[in-house]
Amino acid sequence: MRGRRRTLHRPSRARAGAAAVALLLGAAGCGGGAGSTGAGVVRASWGDPQNPLEPANTNEVQGGKVLAMIFRGLKQYDPGTGEAKNMLAEKIESKDQQHFTVTVKDGWTFSNGEKVTAASFVDAWNYAAHVDNKQKNAPFFQEIEGYDKVHPRSGTPTARTLSGLVLKDEHTFTVALRTKFSTWPDTLGYAAYVPLPRAFFDHHAAWLKKPVGNGPYRIDAYTRGSVMKLSRWDGYPGEDKARNSGVELRVYTDNNTAYTDLQAGNLDLVDDIPSTQLKNVRADLGDRYINQPAGIVQTLAFPLYDPAWSRPGADKVRRGISMAIDRDRITRTIYRKTRTPATDWTSPVLGEKGGYKAGLCGEACTYDPEKAKRLIQDGGGLPGGRITLTSNVDTGSHRLWMDAVCNSINNALGNDRACTVNPVGTFADFRNQMTEQRLTGPFRSGWQMDYPLAQNFLQPLYYTDASSNYGKFSDAEFDGLVDEANAESDTARAVGKFQDAERILARQMPAIPLWYQNGSAGYSENVADVHLNPFSVPVYERITVKP
Amino acid sequence: MPEQPAAHDPGADTAVGPAAGGAMAVATDDAGTLQRSLDQGPVPGGPGSGKARSLWSDAWHDLRRNPVFVASALVIAFLLLIAVWPQSIAPGNPLSCDLAMAQDGPSPGHPFGFDTQGCDVYTRTVHGARASITVGLCATAGAALLGSVLGGLAGYYGGWWDALLSRLADVFFGIPVILGGLVFLSVVTSDTVWPVVGFIVLLGWPQISRIARGAVVGAKQHDYVQAARSLGAGHTRLLLRHIAPNAVAPVIVVATIALGTYIALEATLSFIGVGLRPPTVSWGIDISNASTQIRNAPHMLLWPAGALSITVLSFIMLGDAVRDALDPKLR
Amino acid sequence: MGRYVVRRLLQMIPVFVGSTFLIFFMVYALGDPVAALFGDKAPDPATAARIRSELYLDAPLWKQYLHYMGQILTGDFGTAFTGQPVLELMADAFPVTLRLTIVAVCFEILFGITLGLLGGLRRGRGTDTTVLLLTLVVVSVPTFVSGYVLQYLFGVKWGLVSPSVSPYATFDELMLPGLVLALTSLAYVTRLTRTSVAENSRADYLRTAVAKGLPRHRVVTRHLLRNSLIPVVTFIGTDIGALMGGAIVTERIFNIHGVGYQLYQGILRQNSPTVVGFVTVLVLVFLLANLLVDLLYAVLDPRIRHA
Repeated sequence: MRGRRRTLHRPSRARAGAAAVALLLGAAGCGGGAGSTGAGVVRASWGDPQNPLEPANTNEVQGGKVLAMIFRGLKQYDPGTGEAKNMLAEKIESKDQQHFTVTVKDGWTFSNGEKVTAASFVDAWNYAAHVDNKQKNAPFFQEIEGYDKVHPRSGTPTARTLSGLVLKDEHTFTVALRTKFSTWPDTLGYAAYVPLPRAFFDHHAAWLKKPVGNGPYRIDAYTRGSVMKLSRWDGYPGEDKARNSGVELRVYTDNNTAYTDLQAGNLDLVDDIPSTQLKNVRADLGDRYINQPAGIVQTLAFPLYDPAWSRPGADKVRRGISMAIDRDRITRTIYRKTRTPATDWTSPVLGEKGGYKAGLCGEACTYDPEKAKRLIQDGGGLPGGRITLTSNVDTGSHRLWMDAVCNSINNALGNDRACTVNPVGTFADFRNQMTEQRLTGPFRSGWQMDYPLAQNFLQPLYYTDASSNYGKFSDAEFDGLVDEANAESDTARAVGKFQDAERILARQMPAIPLWYQNGSAGYSENVADVHLNPFSVPVYERITVKP
Repeated sequence: MPEQPAAHDPGADTAVGPAAGGAMAVATDDAGTLQRSLDQGPVPGGPGSGKARSLWSDAWHDLRRNPVFVASALVIAFLLLIAVWPQSIAPGNPLSCDLAMAQDGPSPGHPFGFDTQGCDVYTRTVHGARASITVGLCATAGAALLGSVLGGLAGYYGGWWDALLSRLADVFFGIPVILGGLVFLSVVTSDTVWPVVGFIVLLGWPQISRIARGAVVGAKQHDYVQAARSLGAGHTRLLLRHIAPNAVAPVIVVATIALGTYIALEATLSFIGVGLRPPTVSWGIDISNASTQIRNAPHMLLWPAGALSITVLSFIMLGDAVRDALDPKLR
Repeated sequence: MGRYVVRRLLQMIPVFVGSTFLIFFMVYALGDPVAALFGDKAPDPATAARIRSELYLDAPLWKQYLHYMGQILTGDFGTAFTGQPVLELMADAFPVTLRLTIVAVCFEILFGITLGLLGGLRRGRGTDTTVLLLTLVVVSVPTFVSGYVLQYLFGVKWGLVSPSVSPYATFDELMLPGLVLALTSLAYVTRLTRTSVAENSRADYLRTAVAKGLPRHRVVTRHLLRNSLIPVVTFIGTDIGALMGGAIVTERIFNIHGVGYQLYQGILRQNSPTVVGFVTVLVLVFLLANLLVDLLYAVLDPRIRHA
């Protein structure tokens, strides 16, 4: 009986449930769609910044985009040429390439009304350098006198401020460096060196929720993980005022979706065309597609800490592997010319004057399968008869080029097992394997420049015990040439020394230059005057919106 | 969960008697109580069937004459043949690739065209059968075996057994595939397919166990089970002879489809860098590579995905035929 | 019945402790996450050490776990590497994914059961074969492809919907993503329903019901379908959790900032507060879904009772 009674109620309950679901779905159908965007606003793709948006804590391009819009520093890199030009700096002078006097222009304010003074810089730099603030870009300040006191390698700091930074008056401060560094002023366009308002220090949590700076834009609203709305700051004193009324940065977790939204007219600017769409991008966008060099170079570094790779003759093997890679075909078929075969260790965005020299690597970076095979044989063959190529594969579709490079090497050597790929699941794991020297074959080493100087492409990567010298390359002659170049006050002579140092790399081949990476972007018919700067970041303030 | 075997439930006992069952059928209009009762003929293999052929030999007898079974078995035999001996129909080298041919269409000697790396799609599809079928079959067999044994026991015994096994399954359910893959497969590395198989079994069994448990919970209420129990059948006999044949259908359905999803799961693992590695060739890897190129080179997807479809189809058909043969109601 | 539910709810406690520890251990086993926070550059040792000690990463595993559990008991789920509290991430992500899951499950129920019923009733005929072929397509075409193709067709080519979902992720925007997400499960639900229906359609009670002249739709819905739903309900129950946590591909394609995305990011960046927090909630969802399924058994078959 009990069972029967239950049966009577059952269907009605089920029906009620179904009706509730239907109601829910129907009611939701009336809900609003995407938020409306005001007139003259550029809708642009964005990625979630990986760190809190503090200038000295932002070391990737997504956070960098915002900083580039809301901050201006002492120097600004020309969006076209990459040349460092004075922005807030009236002048930066030095007699000995080691002690600098910085004069800050009058009349600049932050968008909250605070004045930008010399103290805005000194306070910001002291904050960035101090170890307690855990700023990831702190090492940018290591050239300044007193860094080891505020940021000791271990233990507690013994000073609050950098002794090398001295405030002279409202508009002047002096900087003392540890060593001679002639191009130091040119590094000051990097985001870590921007001034900070008192609001940053006094109301830190509130500032992080809605950062305030001194750039052409200010932040109206920031919903973390989904959207940031910026509007033109009309009180901006600089020359490079925004030509649109604002920018809406929308977070996309997949650049393919951003590209589809661009095609559907829901987005105005995608600054990273997915590699799988490169084949169609001309047909889809016509001349609204930008593909231009950026300051990024991809190399394959060798684990020179491993005796198998540093024994006499191994340099021949390393050069041979380099010559077995058909860079030209890989960049054409896999990357559709959004990469350019690399022939030196810097980047074309530096320009001839800045230290880039096409073909410096010579025949060691030219595809020649016969000679590659011979060189490798002369050098004693591949260590253990085979090599594995390692990279993380969680970002950047690295697997594609890894397979292509291995196939190229295998075809050159006529052995389909000579090179195999070793994909690593996470970047952290890959980075730990690198720092702990667990890799026994060549591994990916990408470098995105911090500032457009040849020094930035060479010293951190190949100087003995330099911070990002994962392969542990060490060559006294190379180190000497870099030191000389840094002390040189004449740019042309400094560039010459850097190129001499690069020629050592061509002989030793501690890392194989693969290709220079381009910035690629596409935009809608609503906007015009879209450019990418040498860091492959769109120059937002120059974009105009069609009425 | 059902704790008490329903045979001890006075309410359920009424259904055992033929008269009561028949009367209720007409009177109550309640589908739940209308089950096959013993007076309508013995359950094959059950008590009373005497020296009749066993359920399983009966099934085999049926299967041999079922055209669907024969056809799917032939396809599976063919797939196994190329898995063991791919050179028989594709003498080429699946690892020899030339970028100059990247994503080209079919040409003489290369009937399926080329992939992004310029490898021959035909050769790779044929040579991919070995790893993919090994992964699919072994992972499915492992997960189905483990899942149905544990799920069946949980559903049959109920109580603490059920609580323990089901909650264990819940914890395993909670492990994200990617996290599990990154941890398990970067610790256990090898050039063979076995770590991947083991990992898929580890993540796959809870689902099958839930299905098996549900089916057993449903099947053990049936009248013939109660009848067999009251006639003194032991647990083993009850489970294997009476419950299993009536609970196996959903497990077969889920397992045959899972075969396909496991082969595809292998691709996900390769994609995050912990799955099968070269020089192993597999459909999963090729499907994963092709899926991003769907707008540029659909033929790259067509062939490995087609091979996967045929494999899944033949196993689904085979499973269907086996299930039909095991279903006593069809006789 | 009430006591049964209470007992099942109490079982959540050991599962909660067990799964948090397991997940915590697995993230720990992935290795040190701090090195990856510095991009292309080598981590600065002093800064990295400060970050490690702040995150308790320099303590032994058991200490880290106890510290974390202590935090959780005070309602603090920790912070992601972006500085955002995990609780905030969960409050943003779970409602979105819950809506997506509801849409997907509705599709599974509506289409899966209907198609399965049609196939089961017309076994071996045209409808059945068509449904089988559709199942095959769904199983062998990766979600990425079906998602991308549908997005392109509906969003760009025909302009019927927006290709991406706005941050508000309303139900109407989630229709297409929900369908894509449901596709693979649709195959299971369809086949399970079909098989059960085919099996039960030969049962005696059905013949009886037909013989006594009940209308066909009543026979099908009241007698046939209800008796065929146990495996289907079981599957959908297990699927709810899988859909919520495993919608990574679908969420990516349609730019939905949901659980799958946050979990994926948390795993790749090896941020244990994020991963453990999200998985813990997911495990609770599994437990509740399974409890619901077990209670539904009794509804579908009155002979099944829970002491």
